[in-house]
Amino acid sequence: MVTEAQVWDALAEIPDPEIPPISIVDLGVVRDVSVENGTVHVEFTPTFLGCPALEVMRDQMAERIRELGAEPDVEVILDDSWSTDRITPEGREKLRASGFAPPAPRQAEGPKLVQLQSKAFKCPYCGSTETRLENIFGPTPCRSVRYCETCRQPFEQFKTI
Amino acid sequence: MSEQAPKPPSNTVLRGGSRVDALLAIADDELILGWRNSEWTGIAPFLEEDVAFSSIAQNEIGHARALYQLVAEELSTTADELAFDRQPEEYRCSAFVEQRLVPDWARTIARHYLYEQADERRIKELMASDDAEIAGLAAKIDREEAYHRMHAQMWHERLQAEPRYVEALEELQPLVDQRGEHVPEFEQLWNEMTEVRRSVAGATW
Repeated sequence: MVTEAQVWDALAEIPDPEIPPISIVDLGVVRDVSVENGTVHVEFTPTFLGCPALEVMRDQMAERIRELGAEPDVEVILDDSWSTDRITPEGREKLRASGFAPPAPRQAEGPKLVQLQSKAFKCPYCGSTETRLENIFGPTPCRSVRYCETCRQPFEQFKTI
Repeated sequence: MSEQAPKPPSNTVLRGGSRVDALLAIADDELILGWRNSEWTGIAPFLEEDVAFSSIAQNEIGHARALYQLVAEELSTTADELAFDRQPEEYRCSAFVEQRLVPDWARTIARHYLYEQADERRIKELMASDDAEIAGLAAKIDREEAYHRMHAQMWHERLQAEPRYVEALEELQPLVDQRGEHVPEFEQLWNEMTEVRRSVAGATW
């Protein structure tokens, strides 16, 4: 009989399809795991609703659960319960080490253009805050593109959600 | 149908019609605008806007999918069937989002700015809904839309003194909530968008 802890361990081995250095558990998208009569119920909270990685994550979770000899039941939760604040401290450090600046904390009001255009964001390579916004959008919906004036390196900034 | 559909006051998204009607109108707006935005992929004035419009399109279509899922549960159907298996006359999007504006950047930005403003009012109203499913999804959508609004605001500030942009705002403003008849170019969009599903019944992505 599979245990919840075994399921969490198995899910922690699934890399984020778009940012492989971090796992989907680091990303905080697994809200809950429960086991009942050989069925593993997972509550999965999407990052961005249009993210093409969602299906990949869902299918990989189902596959890992089957490998444990259990029947998967992955429920996609369509509400505001995922936030970039749910990325674990380890996940944030892995992001930074891979050249992605971790997201700023969520605020009740939501981000403002003037904040994105400010120098409050730290370069993941040299730590300087002398960085400027290049594009609100980036290679995937979850990232913006910034440029570090100190080490002259463009970098990707995880958006706050 | 010679008469235009009356414009609903902007604070009655969920009143006066069914839940399904209200959600479908919003989902259709997001799907069709997402499609129109994606028409800039590869041909925007510069690379940053290629990336921005592609990303915005992806988000809008993601919002449409989530809204269709809520409706699909109620109607015992699927999001794909709602998105791709209806006849053109069954789509409830506004004529505003249907217009093909490529390659006119001024009008594209004017529509983007006006849509994001109208959409914000609509989302805030849904967030205050007593229906927990709707309110929860609207709150999530709002977090993503915040980035679209900032992008629209940035371009509005940049273009607001340009005569072509001012003219485009004046032209498009009255059309924001106009629903009822489709614009002629909607037919071509529908043909392209539903082509795969029409050629292979039940095709999935």
